Amino acid sequence: MTDFSTEDRDAICETFDRLLADEANEDALRSVIETEAGFDQSLWQKMAELGLTGLMVEPDYDGIGGSILEAEALMEVAGKYLYNGPYISACVVAPNLLQACTDNAVTASYLKKIVSGEAVFAIAGCGASGDWTERPDVKAVKKEDYWELSGSSYFVTHAANATHSLVLANDNGSRRVFLVDMNSSRVASKHQPTDDQTLRMSNITFDKALALRLEGVGENEIQQAFQLSLVALAGEQVGATRRIFDLTIEYLNTRFQFGQPIGRFQALKHMAADLLVDVESASTVARHAARAVASKANDAALLTYLAGFTCADNFRKVAADAIQLHGGIAYTMEHSAHLYWRRAQTGQWLHASSDTLRNLYLSEMEAKL
Amino acid sequence: MSDALKIEVEAWLDSHWDSDNSRAVGTKSYDQKSWLTKVVDAGFATPTWPEKWHGRGLSSRDARVIEKAFQARGAKGWGRDRFHLGAITIYKLGSDALKSELLYELLTGPICCLLYSEPNAGSDLAGIRMRAIKEGDEFIVNGQKVWTSNADEAEFGMLLTRTDIDAPKHQGITFFIFPMKQDGVEVRPINQITGESEFFEVFIADAKVPERFIIGEYNQGWKSFQTAIASERLIMGQGITARLGGAAAGKAPALLQLAHKHGKLKDPVLRQDIAQALAYRQLNTLNMLRAKEEMMKNGASSLASLGKLAMSRIQHGEARISAKILGPQILLTETEDARNANFDSAKAYMNSIGGGTDQIQRNIIAERVLGLPKSKDVSRDIAFKDIKSSG
Repeated sequence: MTDFSTEDRDAICETFDRLLADEANEDALRSVIETEAGFDQSLWQKMAELGLTGLMVEPDYDGIGGSILEAEALMEVAGKYLYNGPYISACVVAPNLLQACTDNAVTASYLKKIVSGEAVFAIAGCGASGDWTERPDVKAVKKEDYWELSGSSYFVTHAANATHSLVLANDNGSRRVFLVDMNSSRVASKHQPTDDQTLRMSNITFDKALALRLEGVGENEIQQAFQLSLVALAGEQVGATRRIFDLTIEYLNTRFQFGQPIGRFQALKHMAADLLVDVESASTVARHAARAVASKANDAALLTYLAGFTCADNFRKVAADAIQLHGGIAYTMEHSAHLYWRRAQTGQWLHASSDTLRNLYLSEMEAKL
Repeated sequence: MSDALKIEVEAWLDSHWDSDNSRAVGTKSYDQKSWLTKVVDAGFATPTWPEKWHGRGLSSRDARVIEKAFQARGAKGWGRDRFHLGAITIYKLGSDALKSELLYELLTGPICCLLYSEPNAGSDLAGIRMRAIKEGDEFIVNGQKVWTSNADEAEFGMLLTRTDIDAPKHQGITFFIFPMKQDGVEVRPINQITGESEFFEVFIADAKVPERFIIGEYNQGWKSFQTAIASERLIMGQGITARLGGAAAGKAPALLQLAHKHGKLKDPVLRQDIAQALAYRQLNTLNMLRAKEEMMKNGASSLASLGKLAMSRIQHGEARISAKILGPQILLTETEDARNANFDSAKAYMNSIGGGTDQIQRNIIAERVLGLPKSKDVSRDIAFKDIKSSG
């Protein structure tokens, strides 16, 4: 892993921010969600050229060897714009699972393709419950020198645009990770229309699909990947929360009623101050969890779960109150607020629900008894 | 009196209204104008008004006899002396000449739209900017209104305009009955957060309204408007009591049905959440029933103003619980339950923002019901043109 200075990290984020401001601003987002792909593939290619797709890929495979610290920071930028490309699955979770694989010969080519942008990975992590912590509804059966997957994965983001997926499947009573080519005729992904139109979801059905098992990747590595995805998602939520909060504060300062900015009214001031506690808490815990995971600290899991439900719930709370603080203008599709509010709803359930994460958090605490 | 009246109205309906097909007897389809003309001519649309103004001079109690007969047959056009805000306002505030010119046309046409709120005049409605400038015996109108229901159908709108920018904001407003179907009036639907478009923006550019269409006095429109808004609040209050009647029908509440259907009634945490949500709803229902009793007895009830605020907590809370019941299924639009839950959670803002935000509502309750000191409106006593604004 490369050691990044704070300056390096800031520079990467600034580059990404400029790119998204130009090419993934709200106008661009609103038009891209009307397209079939649902995300901007040429922008993805530009991200690859800038090295962003290889952020967490080791230099041996053409990447820049960043850690979850860099990924979390980058996701804060993504969240600000509600960026809707498959970054968490393709550039955070997939590289880490592939790099955990002990058979380098197998994974090297995929990692290089992730960096170049040729390969886009989806993560098929959960069953119908939508919960990564529960057993998948996919079963692996060993054939000669390969495996066959049968069953279904649910709530898979970006499956329609993925070239490959990493599938969690039951293999002789334990969870293992399998690599599947999405172009196989035995893999069918079905788009599931969502209330949050900024994010595409699918179910994937595997019908004796040819699969490659990632050797050396077991339950521990799966837990690691789950934590990385939670921290990255927390970062995204922090960025989005901060953005809708900032827009709201700006509105309180510029919207005049009764001859004064509405932010002068105590009722709104107090709501804003309460929300700031939520915004800052989310921000603090997402970065803190990223540091803990990056340094493999003892309480990494505990902090990850704390960040998971805090950032999800605070995002929803801030986005919901943002609509109320804006008043009528935010009761329209034209206004930005509902985009953040709907994305926040998605975040309440993606990978695992806040209730699940609260339970896991308490279990980690109980271990200290 | 009421027995004879009941016989008369029922006989009239039997010979004029085809309740099986919801149209006038002898017609192929329902024609609003011709049916309403019949009802108005018979004096059934505004029975509490005098004969001169298309009524029968009846008491409210007798008027209900007519309304009930109409309702029982699904016949339209009843209660226009209670629900047609435009006609009611002209009836209360218009000169005889204006009444003669417009009342009949209003009563036999669609309801009026309300051209009140503007992009920069929401909570602070008296801050409206739409200009009306006198030119000869008419006014030229320019500006924008927003959140107007029925603007696409309405033939007339009740329009608040700014006619004196040198006076303090409440004293330079003129209230008009405004003809909608003319050049310079553009109506655009608002794409609401729920996906609905019940409301419209109305853009007015150099449209005209005759001076004789002023409701009340020139530059005293805020006072006339208070009369109109009082009628509107009365209608909304009646709506509340009507809805309560429906909810008390002994059916299990929707939230409970949803939890039952999705097998979540054994979840102890959800049980607590659901119980509390149902309790908030039931307590509000009981409060509003008590408000109704107090209103019947004393003509007023301070409880009535609490209902809307309580409803915000109820609706936002129930939406959150519905999401918990559905789990990640709520992200997908596949099932009707998910679509409904997402719709309801967006729609809850209609209550907490529309018709006065919760924050404004709390001020009103604190000041008007509790009698706490009023907040100072720094823009109240200065010339309208000197009031600070953002744009």
